[in-house]
Amino acid sequence: MIFQIALRELRSLFLSPLAWIILGVIQGIMAWKFLGFIDYFFELQPELIKIKNAPGVTDLIVAPLFDFSKVLLLIICPLITMRLLSEEKQSGSLKLLLSSPISMTEIILGKYLGALIFFVIVILVIDLMPLTLLSSTDLDMGKFASGMLGQFLTVAAFISLGLYMSSLSKQPVNAAAGTFGLLILFLIINIAGNATSEGDNFFNYLSITHHSIQMLRGIVNTADIAYFILFSLGFILLSIRQLDSQRLQS
Amino acid sequence: MSALIQARNLHRFYGDTHAVNDVSIELHQGEILALLGPNGAGKSSCMQMLCGVLAPGGGEIVINGADLLDKPNCAKQDIGYLPDKPPLYPELTVGEYLTYAARLRRVKKSQLKPLRDQAMQRCGLENHNQHLIGNLSKGYQQRVGIAQAIIHQPKVIILDEPTVGLDPIQMVEIRKLILQLGEQHGIILSTHILPEVQAVCNRVQMIHQGKSVINKKMSELKQTDQVTLRLQNAPDLESLKLLPKVESIKETSNGYYLLAGKELHTSLTEISQYCVEKNWGLLELCPRENNLEQVFLNITSGEDSLNTESDAA
Repeated sequence: MIFQIALRELRSLFLSPLAWIILGVIQGIMAWKFLGFIDYFFELQPELIKIKNAPGVTDLIVAPLFDFSKVLLLIICPLITMRLLSEEKQSGSLKLLLSSPISMTEIILGKYLGALIFFVIVILVIDLMPLTLLSSTDLDMGKFASGMLGQFLTVAAFISLGLYMSSLSKQPVNAAAGTFGLLILFLIINIAGNATSEGDNFFNYLSITHHSIQMLRGIVNTADIAYFILFSLGFILLSIRQLDSQRLQS
Repeated sequence: MSALIQARNLHRFYGDTHAVNDVSIELHQGEILALLGPNGAGKSSCMQMLCGVLAPGGGEIVINGADLLDKPNCAKQDIGYLPDKPPLYPELTVGEYLTYAARLRRVKKSQLKPLRDQAMQRCGLENHNQHLIGNLSKGYQQRVGIAQAIIHQPKVIILDEPTVGLDPIQMVEIRKLILQLGEQHGIILSTHILPEVQAVCNRVQMIHQGKSVINKKMSELKQTDQVTLRLQNAPDLESLKLLPKVESIKETSNGYYLLAGKELHTSLTEISQYCVEKNWGLLELCPRENNLEQVFLNITSGEDSLNTESDAA
């Protein structure tokens, strides 16, 4: 049943121009940035030869590209997730789901999975580009895979927050604005903690950036993975609760 | 026979508003129940509670033996619901949408096509399989809404204003469909078109300010304790009072009398025989029927006087 809902979500996405526009725009921007990083690499190359254990192509092109993709994903995430529940509430089609023999958990997981599949497609489209470097040079595939995992986990966290915001509002625009604000907050929250060392640790732990940057360096830490899983699971549970509470006594 | 729906003492609050106050609804197979009431009376809230879209603030709902709170999936399996606004996805085609609706109701893959075709045929959508829902007219969208409610052949069908936005021909067709479905299923429908209720429903429940004020079979609702009598050779009023079971009598116009009595409707044959025996020249003997509209207006304007309304009927 979860899969049915996810498929419908995905189908509706690709039937609207939004999905195609997002894929096209992302591809254009990433290509521009990719070329920029390659240029930069060529500029640095004479210097790199002099350094022992100099950073390679993966560090200087792939990692910054993946890091930049996070910003783009942050911008498009609210556009996709804002519709998930808000639009259904607004159009009344949520009543079809609520009166069907499916649980709130199935509805939320179906929606989540639908959006996640779309973003996996987006990530694949983004990551195919640096993969073309393989034709002329070697890439550190370990780091590449770890970077991809970082992208995937980041997006999984983004969607869960977007889904929760969508469950709160009837207006997709409100959900988008809320998602946007909170995602930026979670990206930069570690900046605030720099004043004290104790706060530093705490705010670092909360920050998405702090956890994803490790994976770009090729370090896959179970603590980071746990953070993303807890983050996503937390907001999924909150969404289920929110959807259920709207049925209950108001 | 056990009831398809047994909802007891339902309550629902919206903030401080007690929108549904101790309403009980029962529905049996073969019954078409009309839920009537003015706007904001609590009809839609009741229907949404029966379908599990809203959780009741109090009371219990049992659908075909399964408690909606304890076994929601089992109970919802037997429900087809058309909300006041059809729950459609405009970007899907009619066929895709109905397939999705059927899959949500756990219809098996092998049964999918025959059930979908049957629902489309019943709602007159045979030629619209490939049409985008967003491009359909309001009436056709309404039909798609009805089709999704009946596609999994539920035991209970709940329709919130099913004929809104339909043209008169479509309305007649949908009424026929409701009558046809009512033979095998139990149907609850709400509408503001009272002639429609008289045409299709066999029981009426009226809700006013969140409370159930009337719950009667259509025949009982129509029935009054008054009979119109027309005689050619009318005797004086005193002799007429001797008619069986007549409690009071009034001459309304020349030759026309209005008889009243609590069990009058059971003694029509005796009255006619009595008149013939007395050779009063019986021309007309007609039990008065309540007009649904009048009942509705009386209830909603606060007069609890079903059988006292006289000349207006």
